[in-house]
Amino acid sequence: MHDMSAPAVHHHAPPTSFIRKHVFSLDHKVIGKQYYDMALVAAIIGMILSWIMRIHLAWTNAAIPGLQLLSKTGAPGGVLTPEYYLQLMTMHGTIMVFFVLTTAPFAAFGNFFLPIQVGAEDMPFPHFNMMSFWVTFTGFIVLLASFFVSDGPTLGGWTQYAPLNAVGAIAGPGQGMGVILWMASIALFCVGQLLGSLNFIPTTLDLRTKGMSLMRLPLTTWAWFITSCMGLTAFAVLMPACILAILDHVAGTSFFVPSNLVISDQLQQHSGGSTLLWQHLFWFFGHPEVYIAIIPGIGIVSHILITNMRRPLLSHRVIIYSMGALAVLSYMVYGHHMFVSGMNPYSALAFSFPTLIITIPATIIVLIQIFSLYGSKLRINSASLFALGFISMFVSGGVSGFFLAQPSIDIMLHATYFVVGHFHMVMAVAAMFGIFAGTYFWAPKMFGRMMNETLGKIHFWLSFVGAYCIFMPFHYLGIVGNVRRYSVFVDDYLQPLLPVHKFITVAALLTGAAQAIFLYNLIHTRFWGKPASDNPWEGTSLEWSTTTPPPFDNWGGKLPVVYHDPYQYGVESSVGDYVMQASPEQVKTENDEQ
Amino acid sequence: MKRQDNSKLAAVSVCLLLCLVVAGLSLSLTNWEVSAAPEGKITGTVKLDGTAPHMKGIDMSKDPWCVKQHANDPAHLELVVVGKDNGLGNVVLYISEGLSGDALNAKPTAVPVFDQKNCLYTPHVLAMDVGQEFKVETSDQTAHNIHPEPNPLTGNIPWNQSQPPGAPPVTKSWKAVEMIHVKCNIHPWMSGYFAVVKGPYAITGEDGSYTIENVPPGSYTVTAWQETYGNQTAKVTVAGGQSAKADFTFKAK
Amino acid sequence: MAKLFAVTIIVIAIASAIPIIMHTWSAPEDISIHGPIIDDQMSETMAEAGIAFLAAQFVLAIFIWMFAKPNPGGKIKKFPGGATGLVIGAFLIVGIEVLALGVFGAKVWADVYLSPPGANAMPVQVQAGQFAFYFRYPGPDGKFAAIHPNLIDESTENFFGIDTTNDPDAKDDIVTAEFAIPVNKEIHLLMHSKDLGHSFYVRELRVHQDFVPGLDVSLHFTATKIGKYEIVCTQLCGLGHYNMKAYLEVMSQDDFDKWLKQQAAAQ
Ligand code: HEM
Ligand SMILES: [Cu+2]
Ligand SMILES: [Cu+2]
Repeated sequence: MHDMSAPAVHHHAPPTSFIRKHVFSLDHKVIGKQYYDMALVAAIIGMILSWIMRIHLAWTNAAIPGLQLLSKTGAPGGVLTPEYYLQLMTMHGTIMVFFVLTTAPFAAFGNFFLPIQVGAEDMPFPHFNMMSFWVTFTGFIVLLASFFVSDGPTLGGWTQYAPLNAVGAIAGPGQGMGVILWMASIALFCVGQLLGSLNFIPTTLDLRTKGMSLMRLPLTTWAWFITSCMGLTAFAVLMPACILAILDHVAGTSFFVPSNLVISDQLQQHSGGSTLLWQHLFWFFGHPEVYIAIIPGIGIVSHILITNMRRPLLSHRVIIYSMGALAVLSYMVYGHHMFVSGMNPYSALAFSFPTLIITIPATIIVLIQIFSLYGSKLRINSASLFALGFISMFVSGGVSGFFLAQPSIDIMLHATYFVVGHFHMVMAVAAMFGIFAGTYFWAPKMFGRMMNETLGKIHFWLSFVGAYCIFMPFHYLGIVGNVRRYSVFVDDYLQPLLPVHKFITVAALLTGAAQAIFLYNLIHTRFWGKPASDNPWEGTSLEWSTTTPPPFDNWGGKLPVVYHDPYQYGVESSVGDYVMQASPEQVKTENDEQ
Repeated sequence: MKRQDNSKLAAVSVCLLLCLVVAGLSLSLTNWEVSAAPEGKITGTVKLDGTAPHMKGIDMSKDPWCVKQHANDPAHLELVVVGKDNGLGNVVLYISEGLSGDALNAKPTAVPVFDQKNCLYTPHVLAMDVGQEFKVETSDQTAHNIHPEPNPLTGNIPWNQSQPPGAPPVTKSWKAVEMIHVKCNIHPWMSGYFAVVKGPYAITGEDGSYTIENVPPGSYTVTAWQETYGNQTAKVTVAGGQSAKADFTFKAK
Repeated sequence: MAKLFAVTIIVIAIASAIPIIMHTWSAPEDISIHGPIIDDQMSETMAEAGIAFLAAQFVLAIFIWMFAKPNPGGKIKKFPGGATGLVIGAFLIVGIEVLALGVFGAKVWADVYLSPPGANAMPVQVQAGQFAFYFRYPGPDGKFAAIHPNLIDESTENFFGIDTTNDPDAKDDIVTAEFAIPVNKEIHLLMHSKDLGHSFYVRELRVHQDFVPGLDVSLHFTATKIGKYEIVCTQLCGLGHYNMKAYLEVMSQDDFDKWLKQQAAAQ
C-alpha cells in the first residue's frame, strides 16, 4: 500500500530561454525527445552503413558513387577495400547497439514516460538527466569523429576483442586513433547511461504518486526500472574496461596484451596482460546489454498489446517476475559467447545451463503475450501490428538461441552468419519493432499529433516481410558454415552461397528504402500531423490522464492520485470498457490476475 | 559601368602576374642550367665472394591462386640474388657523403613502380629519393596488403592498406632516408624494401652492375646496401662529364 | 488486415522451415570420429526448435485471425487455465526440453573437449598469425624446439622463431604451410598464436577453437576421410581476416610419410 504522505517531488521552474527550453533542458520530456532524435539520426547512419556493407558483400567490385568522398584510401573509386568494410561494419554494429537500441527504447521512451507513468513531475536529479544526454551525445560525436581521423575508424568489430584493441596501428588501419576514439566514445556512453539509470531508479522507487504501489506500475515502467538496474551494473563494468584499453594505447600499460607478441614481424613491448580478461569484462557487460536492449521492448509491446486487446495480460506479476529473472540470469550466461574462446571447457558447461534456463522466463513472457490474445478484442493499428510483429520476431530469434546455448553445437555455428541471423532477429528486428510500435503508439503524447495510419501500415508490411527475407537466410548461410566478418567471399567453398547473399542484399535495400516511409510519416506528423486528443487509444495508465502534450510539470500543478491497477480493461465503466488509473470510479475487478 | 572598370583592372593585373611568373620561371631555369657543370656518373659492379646461400622455396599453399601462378616456376626467397659471375642483384647504391645543393635536393620526376605480381614483389627492392612519388600496383587476381614498416623515429609514417584485384594504384612518397621493409600480411612470405635515399641512386641488376647518373663533379662516398649483408662504402672522385668506377664485394655468410 | 497478417505469418513460418526440412543448405559431410554426435545433437535441436518455432508462430497467427474484431461486442474471455497453466506448461515442456538438450549436449561437449588425447596421438603445432597458419611437426626426435619470439622473421621463413644454429631440437623440426595428416590417426593439435586472437575452424572436421595469445591451448581429433579441406580463421584479426586460411590434407599413411620426407628436405 502506498501511504498517506504526498510523494517527494523535485520542483524547478519552467525555463524561458530557447537554450534552456530546447537544448540544455532539464525537462525529462525534452531530454527524452532529444534521445529519440539522436537515435533516429544514428539509425539512419547505421542503416546506410548496412546498405554499403550488403552491396559490397554481394557485388564486391561494385563502385558506390560518392563513397570515395568519405575515405579516399578506404574506398578508392567508390569500391570498398577489405579493411574499410570491416571499419564500416564496426561502426554499424556500434552505432546500432549503443546509440540506437540502448537509447531509443530505454533512454528516449523511458525518459519521457517513466516519470509520467509513476505520476511524478520530473526525475529527482534533472541536472544529471541533462548531463546524461549530453555526455551520451558527446560519445556519439566522438564515435563519428573516428570516420575523419587519418586511417579511419577501428576495424575490430563492436566487441573490440583484445589484443587487437590494444596493440595499436601495427595491427591494421584504424587500430591506433580509431580504437582510442571508440573506447573514449563508449566510456562516455557508459557514463551517460549510468547517470540515466541513477535517475530512473529513484524515480520509480521514490517519486510514485499517491496510490501508485509497485504492482500498480505499468509493465513499461517495470521494464525501464529493471533495465536501469541492469544498466547500473553493466555499464559500470564496461567503462573501466574501455579506460584500461585506452591506457594500453597511451600509457604503455598491458592490461589486455600478453608478453612476447610478434605482430607483423615486430616484437611488442607489452607484457603480462590477458586477452581473455577483456572478453570476460566485455561480455559481463555485453550479455546484460542485449537484455537492456530487449526488455524495454518487452514492456512497450506488452503495454501496447494490452491497450489494443482491451484486456490485461493473463498475469501482470508473472511478466514482471519473468523480466526480473531475465535480468538476473543475464549476468550468469555471458560465457556462452566464449565457448570456443579458450576458456576452461568446464566453464562452458557452467554457462550453458543458465543459458538454457533463461529460455524459460523468455518462453513464459511470449506464451503469456500470445495466449492473452485469446478471447480478446484485438484492435489492429500500426502500433499493435508492430507489437505483434515483435512477438513473431522474438520467437524466431529466440529459437535460434537454443542452438547457440549449447557449446557442442556452437562448435559448428560460432562466428558464422547463424549468429548474425540470431542477433539481428532479436535485436535488430524485434527491438526495432518495439521502437516503431512505441513511436506509433506514443507519438500523440510526445508530439501532440497522430501518425498517419495508412503509411504506418504500409511501413509495417514492408518491414515485416522484408526483415524475414533479410535475416532468415542468414541462418541458412550459417548452417553451411559461412563465417561472419568476412569482407569478401573469395574461396571456392563460399562462392556457391553468393546468390543467397545477393538475395539478402536486394531485400535489405528494399526494406531499407521502406523506412523512408516511416521517416516521412514521422517528420510530417511532428509538424503537420492531425492534432491528438488526450487519450486517443483509450488507455488507462497515467500518461493518458494528462493533457496532450503534457505541461512542463506534467500535471499542471496537481499530482494525480492512483486508484487502480494499471490495466483496467474489459470492465464496465462510465467512459467505455476501461477505467483509468487516476479515475476514482469504482470497478468491480474482473481481472483478478493482476 | 563600374563593373567594366573592374574587369579592365583584373585583366591588367593578370597580365602583370603572368609576366612575373614567366620571368621567375625562366630565371630559375637558366640559373639552374648555368650552375650545372657537365655531369659525370659512377659505375661499377657488386659481387658476392663465396658460394651463394641456398634460397628456400616458398610454400604458397594458403592461397591457391598464387600456387597456380607458380605451377611451372617455383618461387624462392630473394634475400640474396646472385647472377652470372657472382654478380649481386638488388643492391642499392647511393652517395652518402659529399653531395650538396641542388644535386642533393633535386627530386626526380620519374615515378617508380612497385608491382605485386604472382604473389611476389617486382622489383624486390624499389629505390627512390626522399619525397619522390612512387606507385604501388597489383597485377594479381588475389588481394594483397601493402604494409611498410619504417622506424617511426625517422619521421616516416607507417601505413597499411589493402589492394584487392583491380584496385587502382596507390601513390605515396617518403619523408626521410631509410631502408624500409615492406611486407604483405596476407601472404607473409612477400617481403621487399623501399630504399629511400637522398640524391642520385642506382640499383644493381642480376649481373651486379650499376650506374649512378647525373653526378656533378666532386669527391664522394658511395654506399652499397644489400638487405642481408648490410652496407659497404667506397670513396670516388667524379670529374665533369666522366665516369668514375666503384666496385664492391660482399662476403657470403 | 488481421486475417492477411495471420496468413502472412503462417506462410513465412512455413517458407522459413522448408529449406531446413529439404536440407537445401546444410553443413558439409562430417569426416571426424567425434562429429556424428555433434550432428545428432544438431538435428535433435533443429527438430525441437523447429517445432517450437512453428507452433508459436501458428498459435500467434490463429489468435490474430480469431480475435481481431473490427467491431467488437461482448465480453473478453480468458484462456482456459490462465497464466498458471502457461507457467506450469512452460516449466514442464521447455524445462524438460532444455534439460534434455543441456544434458545430452554436455555429454557431447565432454566427449570432444574434456577427454584427454590418446597416448599415441600425433602432436602437431599450429601457429596463427596475421593472416596465415603455419604448422610444425617435431621430426624424428619427437621434440618441438623452443620458440624465441625475437627470432621470428617471416622474410627469412623463420615463422616460429626457432634457433636452427644453436638449438639441437630445432634441426629436425619441419615447418609447413599445409596441414597434412594421416587418415584415421589421432592428432593432438597444439595451438599457438604469435600475435592476435585467431581461430581454427574446419567445418568438415567439426573442429572450432580460438587461439589465445599468451595461452597455448590444444585439441585432438581423428579424421576418417582422405581429402582436402579448408581451414579458416573465424576470429576477427584484421584486414586480411577473410583471407586467412590454410588447407587440411588428409592422406593415407604412406602418402603422409612421403609428404613429410619431402617437406623435411625442403627445410
Ligand atoms: C537495415 C537492416 C540491417 C542490415 C541489412 C544489417 C546487416 C548487417 C551485416 C551484413 C552485418 C555484418 C555481418 C558480418 O560480416 O559479420 C551486420 C553486423 C551487425 N549488425 Fe546489422 N544490419 C541491419 C540492422 C541492424 C540493427 C538495427 C542492429 C541493431 C542491433 C544491427 C546490429 C549489428 C551488429 C551488432 C553487428 C555486428 C557487428 C560486428 O560484427 O562487430 N544491425 N549487420
Ligand atoms: Cu599478398
Ligand atoms: Cu582472422
